[in-house]
Amino acid sequence: MKRNIMVLMMVALLVLSAGSIFGAGQTEAAADAPKVIGFSQCDSQQAWRWAETESVKEEAANRGYVLQYNDAQSSQANQIAAVRSFIAQGVDGILLAPQVTTGFGPVLREAKEAGIPVVLLDRKVDESEDLFVTFIGSDFVWEGEEVGKLVLADTKGKANIVELQGTPGADPAIERKAGFEKVVNANPGMKIILSQTGDFNRTKGKEVMEAFLKAEGKNIDVVYAHNDDMAIGAIQAIKEYGMDPGKDILVYSIDGVRDGFQAMVDGDLNALVECTPLLGPQGFDALEAAWRGESVPKWVKSEDGIFRMADAAALIGGRKF
Amino acid sequence: MKGRQIPRIAWPLFALGLILLFNLMFTDSFFAITIKDGHLFGSLIDILRRSAPTLIMAVAMTYVIATGGIDISVGSVLAISGSIASLVVWGGNTQYLTSAGSQYYAPMLSIILIPLVASILLGAFNGVMVSFIGLQPFIATLILMTAGRGLAQLLTGGKVLNFRHAGFEFVGRGYLFGLPFPFLLALGVIVLGTAITRLTPMGLYIQAVGGNRSASNFSGVNTRLVLLFVYIFSGFAAGLSGLVMTSDITGADAGFMGLYMELDAILAVVIGGTPMEGGKYNVGGTVIGVLIIQTLTTTILTKGIPTEYTLLVKAIVVVVVLIIQSNKMREVMGKRQGKMMVKGGSAI
Repeated sequence: MKRNIMVLMMVALLVLSAGSIFGAGQTEAAADAPKVIGFSQCDSQQAWRWAETESVKEEAANRGYVLQYNDAQSSQANQIAAVRSFIAQGVDGILLAPQVTTGFGPVLREAKEAGIPVVLLDRKVDESEDLFVTFIGSDFVWEGEEVGKLVLADTKGKANIVELQGTPGADPAIERKAGFEKVVNANPGMKIILSQTGDFNRTKGKEVMEAFLKAEGKNIDVVYAHNDDMAIGAIQAIKEYGMDPGKDILVYSIDGVRDGFQAMVDGDLNALVECTPLLGPQGFDALEAAWRGESVPKWVKSEDGIFRMADAAALIGGRKF
Repeated sequence: MKGRQIPRIAWPLFALGLILLFNLMFTDSFFAITIKDGHLFGSLIDILRRSAPTLIMAVAMTYVIATGGIDISVGSVLAISGSIASLVVWGGNTQYLTSAGSQYYAPMLSIILIPLVASILLGAFNGVMVSFIGLQPFIATLILMTAGRGLAQLLTGGKVLNFRHAGFEFVGRGYLFGLPFPFLLALGVIVLGTAITRLTPMGLYIQAVGGNRSASNFSGVNTRLVLLFVYIFSGFAAGLSGLVMTSDITGADAGFMGLYMELDAILAVVIGGTPMEGGKYNVGGTVIGVLIIQTLTTTILTKGIPTEYTLLVKAIVVVVVLIIQSNKMREVMGKRQGKMMVKGGSAI
């Protein structure tokens, strides 16, 4: 046992000394030590968050920063502890993808007192806006509105629409609905004839669409799904009903995950509006602006794209989430 | 008077009848059944097909609850089973997306058997925790409920694992004799459960264990094996549901599939008249319970009730059903019926 510990220590020493040699080379090259950024991610269970983390890691490497990464595993307590430890280490900046919107006030105040800028990614917190540099995230209302405009253009403003909503009460569901309704309300030819929740998942999306088809059948011109997964479920239901999704019934969704692009390549999904998790570049831009003392708007909207069926085949290879 | 008492199953049947009557009057073509692509087609067929996964789990849950237990891990076991199935389809290679176009077809038997064996083992884990370790069933199955979903997400790498496999797709989407295959599977599980409990003393043992565990122990019933059996059967049923749901959407959605389904299964058992304290069970009632929940869901979706009210409508119907089949209500109804008969008698 003792010998094992000795061997371990020697290995550790070797690694450390090797590190210091390389480290020395680096400090000579750069004028000063690389900046250290703490990144607290709330969890990494979904592909979307995983892509967000990868984007931050990749961008940190591109810009030559040292990234301290912490995965809070769906626990706000873990996340607050992680931010505290970043502050104790004296990092140069913090990126925070909050688990919930409340309860981060005290720790954000501590960061502010320590003079460490904090940038919020993908979820805003309900705190005074002077506690963070900016919030970087998608504009869900805009997403819904853009889908509305796509439908308007494709149907010349005459369409019976069925809507598959996200989980009731969730911000994306409420705002994607509101944005879409802006366009519908302005165009009397567009009607939402049925609207139900598909809980953002495939099984439920399919079940709801089956019932919609039984109720309205060939009257349905357009499906608007609040995310790709529900759209994919709906596409299956339409096929089993004996109609052609993408032609007989036009299908639109939001998110832009790879399966959504695949559905466009297959000719089943007409268009989608992206909700990108690749927030790394904008996050570091905001931190750099804060270091330079520049003022940053309190909400930097993420750079989301609009994609149509015809372009999907060329783009699918480059999709990162 | 006792002999004339209305059987317990009558009330859930009455509730189901009411929902169907509502549809007969207010929903166009709800009862229309046509033939499409060689199989039956219509809202009623949808109800049979969509109720199958819950039905399979709820039948097994009935036996668990009859022993005085509960199994809240079924939703997570379902997710694990589905995730394993789609991994097997791909030969364990989750990086399929990068090699688009490559078609790997795993043998059908392995896609079915490997997830089912895994689910049976998970059920056995629950059973051992309850019977041999002596944990409270709620706590014992809570372990797998939380850890299981995480495991399923680890298996699929947090993505929805898609696949194409003509044979396996039949399990959740196919039709046999014009009926949805998942519904026939559910019937199979009902027959299997009934056979085990009627043809062997298992049914008696289950009631004995639920009635009084130590008394049945003293009278020579191997209570541990009985408990082990019901949790294994529950695990198996959850695994089978997982196969149906995965096959239906041709993908394993580890984060969402089966989420909160344990609650629907338990609710169906209770609506069906099986008491939570155990000792008795009513599989027929459970079947009606599942059909009530699914008919209600399909009605809500077809009628286009605003999402905000969906849960409220569901809750109200469930509460009403539970109240009319509660002991207190049956007492009151029984008395009134008695009085009415007396009145009727005097009039003649």
